[in-house]
Amino acid sequence: MISRRDLLTTGAAATVAASAALPALADDMPGISAKEIRIGQTMPYSGPASAYGIIGRTEVAFFNMINAQGGINGRKVKLISLDDGYSPPKAVEDIRRLVEQEKVAFIFQSLGTPSNAAIMKYLNSAKIPQLFVATGAAIFSDPKHNPWTMGFNPNYQSEAAIYAKHILANTPNAKIGVLYQNDDFGQDYLTGMKSVLTGDKAKMITKTVSYEVSEPTVDSQIVTLQGAGVDVMVFAATPKFGAQAVHKSSAVGFKGVRYISNVSAAYPILKAAGLDAAKGVFTAGYVKDTSDPVLAKDPGYMEWAAFCAKYMDKNALVDGNAAYGYAAAQTMLQVLKQCGNDLSRANILKQAQSLKDFTCATLLPGIKLNTSATNYSPIRSLQIQNFDGAHWKSTGGLIAS
Amino acid sequence: MSTVAEIKADTVSRPKPNYGRALAFGLALVAGLILAFSSSGYHLFQYAQVLVYMIALIGLNLLTGFNGSISLGHGAFFAIGGYGAAILMVHFGVPWGLTLPIMALICFIAGFGFGLPALRLEGLYLALATFALAVTMPGILNFKRFDAYTGGTSGLQVDKPQVPFHLPLNQDQWLFLCCLAATMLMLFIAQNLVAGRVGRAMVALRDHPVAAQTMGVNSAMVKASCFGVSALYAGVAGALDAGLVGFVAPDSYSLFLSLSLLVGMVVGGLGSLWGMLAGAIFIEFVPNLADSFSGMFGESAKALPGAVNGLFLIGLMLLAPHGIAGAAQRIVTFLRGLMMTSSTAAPLELPAIRVGNQPVDENHRTTQGS
Repeated sequence: MISRRDLLTTGAAATVAASAALPALADDMPGISAKEIRIGQTMPYSGPASAYGIIGRTEVAFFNMINAQGGINGRKVKLISLDDGYSPPKAVEDIRRLVEQEKVAFIFQSLGTPSNAAIMKYLNSAKIPQLFVATGAAIFSDPKHNPWTMGFNPNYQSEAAIYAKHILANTPNAKIGVLYQNDDFGQDYLTGMKSVLTGDKAKMITKTVSYEVSEPTVDSQIVTLQGAGVDVMVFAATPKFGAQAVHKSSAVGFKGVRYISNVSAAYPILKAAGLDAAKGVFTAGYVKDTSDPVLAKDPGYMEWAAFCAKYMDKNALVDGNAAYGYAAAQTMLQVLKQCGNDLSRANILKQAQSLKDFTCATLLPGIKLNTSATNYSPIRSLQIQNFDGAHWKSTGGLIAS
Repeated sequence: MSTVAEIKADTVSRPKPNYGRALAFGLALVAGLILAFSSSGYHLFQYAQVLVYMIALIGLNLLTGFNGSISLGHGAFFAIGGYGAAILMVHFGVPWGLTLPIMALICFIAGFGFGLPALRLEGLYLALATFALAVTMPGILNFKRFDAYTGGTSGLQVDKPQVPFHLPLNQDQWLFLCCLAATMLMLFIAQNLVAGRVGRAMVALRDHPVAAQTMGVNSAMVKASCFGVSALYAGVAGALDAGLVGFVAPDSYSLFLSLSLLVGMVVGGLGSLWGMLAGAIFIEFVPNLADSFSGMFGESAKALPGAVNGLFLIGLMLLAPHGIAGAAQRIVTFLRGLMMTSSTAAPLELPAIRVGNQPVDENHRTTQGS
């Protein structure tokens, strides 16, 4: 919160304009001063999900860049990014520190389904925006029940619906086999596909097989799908199992079409499966593959590369998570710009609900972010991509869920 | 025969005159009340977490420090307590306070049931068996068939307990004071337990199982009961935690929790019940410290908190190999030595209760045939 001293030390030039609004500033705009916008987030910098920590680092670096360029309306952005070790109780503690001690204006891009679920109630009852959470679970795009919580990632159901539509458009008579992880994540895919394949099309899904995260491999499940004579396989799997499924389906000589969930589509995962085995696999993506040399002349990529050269280490350049973080931070910047000088929590939420066809440097061409008071999923259309043995290539136009 | 163990148990856990203990509890109560009315909500939340960890650590210490069995799986019992309390509160409308005795009983039964066969395994093998428990627990909590009750990966939101009877307290103060009361009660019970016959039997089994059995100690029963009581403590801590945090999910109870508890116990000092406060403070605050410490090296060092945390731990074990309680005792002994002449100085008194100090001879085989 703004203190009287901050106000008094504000530069003379700013005082004329600012002083009129000062009392209101202090009362209605927690986390905002004439010089600073305070934002908080929790990230798994340590613990089992620490590979995602680069998202937070990218976002902090992004706002450092914005501050170096003069900030937003003269205000610097201070993003306080705390380590929660992917532990929900720790996330709760961190968020209380951010809100009660650091007095942040709102929470941005906290990562992980359980951590966000743990803090959602607290933030909603205190009317603190929990914006662009870094997870694809559908519960974070539910304005009716959690009006202060907004998602960012396309949710898993939408992604699955897009696969189903692509199948209908390209192989309308296919027999579909689905491999899914037996938890919320996998179930979301099954639900998403069934939401498109209704009525007499429901029969298209001829075989579903599931696996538990504790299982060593999914080889036998793939053999079962192959034995059922399906033409299309959909792998609703997390990375390790996605790689196994891609590898095994190729090894048993499956000749049909394969789709792999976006979370398992990163290059290193396909490399583990074998690049030849992965050739021809489809996914639905939204972040640019920044390792692809084709992008060298792409303006968005050039902006990204310039940012990486100055503010990140060189590994970040080809890291899909870092590119994702950049996109989320750009979106946040846009919302703050839209807010103008009214940085009350209510207006920040209102502006977050008012994105119109916003595009990000590191998202695929054509991916546009739109939100409204009833739409809390900014990314609703995805690009079908095909793996050519080395890189993901976009095929066809965007498909809306 | 007055066994070495008996003497040790007495010197360590039973303060000679009982008003020493009353004084310690009184001071703790006053300190707790001062904290409750002078701290911000966020800090009270942290202090309450410290108390919750302390209860779990006391339980673990009963098992390891006093009975000499190592458990890497106490996070699992913490999870049972947490989920059990959350399910009781959300689906059955049971008030928070009532979930504590219920989960205590359930966790005692679970611990006793697990302990009876498992404690026939000794040392490292028991550690592995309990390790397996900790590894499988998140998977069990995630199990699809239980989703209606457990909420799956997304976990279960619990309404935080409200302040009853229009007491002039805010929610954080109330929760903190509840945790304080529970901790003092659990500490009191633990002190009485280790000071009595059962405690002596536990320590005797740890130090010399053959001798203990010869004297009529029922090894299997005592060990399994000890494991059960230890699990009970973890379960109570878990149930308190569920109300305090207002949320449970499989990721709340990862393997890391079990390891943290083990670390907290060693840091606090094996065989010292009050030392568990230091251990709890360590596992609550050092990760935060590590995070801000690694933040000092710039944003690219954000990946470091785990490493910094490890460094803190190594440093502490170098400086205080017997935990903080052991170090405190050394300092007291040292000061005493300074004040007395060399002829009357007390011999350097190491904390008597350690797991590693028993002779590694036939112990590992003989207890199995109790």
